[in-house]
Amino acid sequence: MLLSMTGINKSFGDVRVLDDASLQVEPGETMALIGQNGAGKSTLIKILTGAYSHDTGRIEFQGREVRFGSTAESQAGGIATIYQEINLAPNRTVAENIFLGREPRRFGLVDRARMQADARTVLRRFKLDIDVNRPLQDFEAATRQMVAIARGVTQNARLLILDEPTSSLDEREVAVLFETIRTLKADGVAAIFISHRLDELFAICDRVTIMRDGRTVAVSPMKDISKVDLVRTMLGKELAAFTAKKRAHGDGEGAALVDVENLGAGVRVRDVSLNIGKGEIAGLAGLLGAGRTETARLIYAADRKERGAVKVDGRETNYSAPADAIADGMGFVSEDRKIEGIVPEMSVRENMTLAILPKLQKAGIVDKAAQRAIVEKYIAALGIKCSSPEQPIRELSGGNQQKVLLARWLCMNPRLLIVDEPTRGIDVGAKAEILKLLRSLADEGLSVLMISSELEELIAAADHVTVLSDGLSVRRLASEDITEANLLSAMAHQEVPA
Amino acid sequence: MQESSHSNIVAALIPRSNLQLARLCVITVVFALLIFGALRYDNFLSSYNILSFLRYNSMFMLIALGMALVIMTGGIDLSVGGTAAMTSVVAALLSPYGWPAGLLGGMAAGLVVGIVNGLVVTRLRIQPFIATLAAMLATYGMALLLSGNQSVSASYDTAFVSIGQDDFLGFPIPAWIAIACYVVGWIALERHPVGRRILAVGDGEATAKLMGLKVGRTLLGVYATSGLLAGLAGVILAAQFGAGQPTEGVGWELFAISSVVVGGTLLSGGVGSIGATLAGAILLAMVFNILNFENGLGVISLSAYWQSVIRGAFLLVVVILQAKLMNGRSTR
Repeated sequence: MLLSMTGINKSFGDVRVLDDASLQVEPGETMALIGQNGAGKSTLIKILTGAYSHDTGRIEFQGREVRFGSTAESQAGGIATIYQEINLAPNRTVAENIFLGREPRRFGLVDRARMQADARTVLRRFKLDIDVNRPLQDFEAATRQMVAIARGVTQNARLLILDEPTSSLDEREVAVLFETIRTLKADGVAAIFISHRLDELFAICDRVTIMRDGRTVAVSPMKDISKVDLVRTMLGKELAAFTAKKRAHGDGEGAALVDVENLGAGVRVRDVSLNIGKGEIAGLAGLLGAGRTETARLIYAADRKERGAVKVDGRETNYSAPADAIADGMGFVSEDRKIEGIVPEMSVRENMTLAILPKLQKAGIVDKAAQRAIVEKYIAALGIKCSSPEQPIRELSGGNQQKVLLARWLCMNPRLLIVDEPTRGIDVGAKAEILKLLRSLADEGLSVLMISSELEELIAAADHVTVLSDGLSVRRLASEDITEANLLSAMAHQEVPA
Repeated sequence: MQESSHSNIVAALIPRSNLQLARLCVITVVFALLIFGALRYDNFLSSYNILSFLRYNSMFMLIALGMALVIMTGGIDLSVGGTAAMTSVVAALLSPYGWPAGLLGGMAAGLVVGIVNGLVVTRLRIQPFIATLAAMLATYGMALLLSGNQSVSASYDTAFVSIGQDDFLGFPIPAWIAIACYVVGWIALERHPVGRRILAVGDGEATAKLMGLKVGRTLLGVYATSGLLAGLAGVILAAQFGAGQPTEGVGWELFAISSVVVGGTLLSGGVGSIGATLAGAILLAMVFNILNFENGLGVISLSAYWQSVIRGAFLLVVVILQAKLMNGRSTR
């Protein structure tokens, strides 16, 4: 056994993020590590590399119990981490990046000739013949990644941690990376491979460790598990009693409000088509990295689309910024309430009316009476529990904060509301309430595009669901076809066996 | 090996990075000004003008050197002017005890300020701008307190004033000091591992940490160095004018920042050159020198105020040029 992590526990304040997690890697093995957002993968890795320390548990590496105090220590101990965003110094040369912090020296100064020669030698092993004196930023992502790996190899790494290494690579670059991993494997270097692209896991990994809610829930040889089982184990089941009723119609009955045709930008969104009818809740499903949020951001013009069209009421839109989308009746409730949503120190009243302040002005001064009327209306309508409109929003529960954000958009009378993971971090009871609220808004004619990772939520609330996989809209499921099995197989991008 | 060193020479002639382009720019402009001055003014290239130019401007070269190192890490040191003012007073007060007392005392005072800056930035995690702004106010205050708000005569009984006023091998001592510091600075940045560390920290602190580099120590080191060099500049100031100058040093930090920026060092850190910083400092000083000569010709008369305006315009042009070049590169 090269690495054995057992019984790892970790809490941040009251929040338990790892609960008896474990991870074992054999020498020369490539282990896949997967789990949804918040499953605890990155925390586990950070504990291994010394970025965090665990509360309880035991880590053995190369037969000795270890507890690394910093990333520098774990690197010296033989663990190299390659991050998604390549963590090297872009302005320094290739050779410098490989040897930063432990440059070969002569008379106390950097021996540049040897450094360059050594860099060439190590890169040649990966069949990479590049000018090592050029700044790293001159090279493409795959090459930069290879340099990061080369840095790890020259540190005598026995374990390579690859954290979503392929997220910014194209197919050819991925092939080059895999070749590198295989080369290292032949030398007995093990790897932990974190990725949401299932095909890649099956292509390169020997075994898979699946995490959910801070626990290690399954370990299996890659060849003994199907994609659908993998996804099911990863997502688990949310046992929530949603009572939201679905509309009778599900498909095509309502007039279409938004038509998205062959939308694309970069590698994250390759070709997405979907439609949202008036008064419908359209679901958008897919694994992490499938391009759900990215698609929504393109519709909302938060990012610029490169291909395809977004039509509202049959007319092609040409928004240049979210402000245009808002003016056209769109709203966007971000998945990250803390960063992109609430202003924590402001009151419920201020948070709710932030976006409509210009409309509430009378002679340049905010019309307090009108403002209060709106705030009170939505507090009552959405059932927001707060001591008064003046209570700071940070004191509210997650569910109530979410309602305030919904109200912020609703008071602008939108036609389409995009909600990204609307129930994330909200307790089960409040989840059902948010979904019920969305349903009643839809009944009043609002169209909703709901992005969700929780299958139960999509099954309970959506009129139809578009499933994305790797930037493609692979299936559209309507009314009674929205089942767990169908969603899972579409997310794993696999045809349902007949 | 021969083949690669040959291609290195060829590559060095073609600017392929912003830094090289900026370096080429600043050196070209320095030479252009030199030629312009030599052709237009009789005594521009006289040994008197060159030596007094170097004697006076060595102080600015020293603080620009410290500033360059700080800015390469992505920080800034606003306290260098105040520090120089304070250490000039300290050095003058200590000068009766012999020139080493004045020299080392002034340098030590600067070093202390630099270390405090470094600790506030690394340990207390205060923004460098704020931390060194506080130090700037404090050091100006200290300078006025120590001197009783007037210049403090340095002792002429000891050899202290020689540090600023005498020559060694026919060359002003302050210029020797500046040259020595630049040589050491260049070796440290370009040839010693610490230089790689400084630039890597400026390229991204979090990244540098993940690469296992000692970020805190590096930052502490550059602020301490900047303080030490400002201290040295203060010593030279006191020695050159025979008095500690509590009200001098105002705006020196801006001169230093300008020199660094003109030299192609990015304010965001991660990219920089010692040689180009020196060229930047010489360039800005030379603009002044030329304006003085121009006034001497009697054709036009520009006040010091106008000189400052011209220098400001010059700086703006250079920075805009840099930004344009950068955009050109990133969109290619």
